[in-house]
Amino acid sequence: MLFELRDVSLTRGDRRVLDSVSAAIPVGATAIVGPSGAGKSTLLRLLNRLVDPDRGAISYRERPLHEYDPLALRREVSLVPQLPALLEGTVESNLAYAAGLAGKQAEPERFLRLAGLDPEFVGRDVTKLSVGEQQRAMLARALVQEPAVLMLDEPTSALDHAARDAIEATLAQLRQELEISIVLVSHDPEQARRLSDWVVRLENGRAVKAGPLGQVLL
Amino acid sequence: MSTSIHLSFGQVAASLSLVALAAAISFWQKADLERDIGIATVRSFVQLTAIGYAIKLIFEADTLWLVFALLAVMVVFGAITARGRAKRVPGAFWPLLIALAVAGATTLGLVVALGVFEPTARYLVPVGGMVIGNAMTASAVALNRLGDEMADSRGKIEATLALGATAQEAAAPLVRRALRSGMITLIDSTKTTGLIFFPGTMVGMLLAGASPTDAVRLQLILLYALLGSVAIAGLIATTLAYRNFFTPAQQLREPGV
Repeated sequence: MLFELRDVSLTRGDRRVLDSVSAAIPVGATAIVGPSGAGKSTLLRLLNRLVDPDRGAISYRERPLHEYDPLALRREVSLVPQLPALLEGTVESNLAYAAGLAGKQAEPERFLRLAGLDPEFVGRDVTKLSVGEQQRAMLARALVQEPAVLMLDEPTSALDHAARDAIEATLAQLRQELEISIVLVSHDPEQARRLSDWVVRLENGRAVKAGPLGQVLL
Repeated sequence: MSTSIHLSFGQVAASLSLVALAAAISFWQKADLERDIGIATVRSFVQLTAIGYAIKLIFEADTLWLVFALLAVMVVFGAITARGRAKRVPGAFWPLLIALAVAGATTLGLVVALGVFEPTARYLVPVGGMVIGNAMTASAVALNRLGDEMADSRGKIEATLALGATAQEAAAPLVRRALRSGMITLIDSTKTTGLIFFPGTMVGMLLAGASPTDAVRLQLILLYALLGSVAIAGLIATTLAYRNFFTPAQQLREPGV
């Protein structure tokens, strides 16, 4: 298994965001689905230690998550947040920053192409990009670190149908071209059907179902 | 330095007519500042009178321990006051206390070591007060800005942490902007000094009968010392305070946790 969560709980203020969640996430493409406020994004943030659980245990490749150096883990298990959050500067400077953190060569054109963005965007100021272009630049910035796991938090929620279809095609292509596992948060079961082969369903902070796509999303 | 003028309480009382004017303007324009103007007037009278007698005692005792004790009290009250302006920064008191103490000690130590001032109460008390006061304002402004920036940029900071950046790397642009905010006011007023306004020390010396050249030289020394002290205070306050937004595992703390 890629990740295993055992009895994981997290409380923020008076609200129990995750309540005794136990689930497994295998290598491949997994979708975490459920209604708004179910705890999907928080679950994703737990997996690369942007937040730690109050209770329970999480393991990554059979090793407890807290034993990993959080910085090294985040370069291996990369998270693309729901809202684009690029650093000031150009697309190239963002990619170079991420590559530098991971000790990789930048190769911006290659990763822009992989993220479905024309290489001519390399010198663009990030404030001049549309939301869809920013989302792709965020994807390219994550890919430049050559992660083993790519986690995407509602990657198409701010996009129109055409841009959504284009991002989904890019993700499907990424799985073919790179040996990369994808963990995708989506409130849309149809998107989970199109992109994943394993599903974890959350409701009110609890994992109500987890398993192969055909068993969870009938 | 000559002290050729003597002012009575009657003259101070006469100047209250301008306070009345300020209160009248506030009342007329419904600015709702009359109470604050009253509190400010009473507090300034009580505080300055008290510190005047305290300084008189310290000058007469002429011992450095009393000077250090007074400066230490200023540092503590400065940190408490600045903390009130940095409400969005968790645990702001200690970074501010350290910033003010180091800025005061370094600046006073340097001006004494370079022979600019003698290490006596007559120099150390007023100069120390100005240094600590300006350091307090600068670090309060810097931390106020840091708190606002951290609150407004949580998404961007977390996205940077998610790339494997350290807390220091993720917060660096915000810390830089906060430091700049803290220092810019004094830098701007130093640029325009003599053109748009006369700074207080120079005005005080001229009123007390000192020669204009002496007044200008002392003012320049103080301005340059203050530039150094606000830079030190701003740097230390922001560098220590940003850490309180993060956990040891390089995670952004939840607000209020």
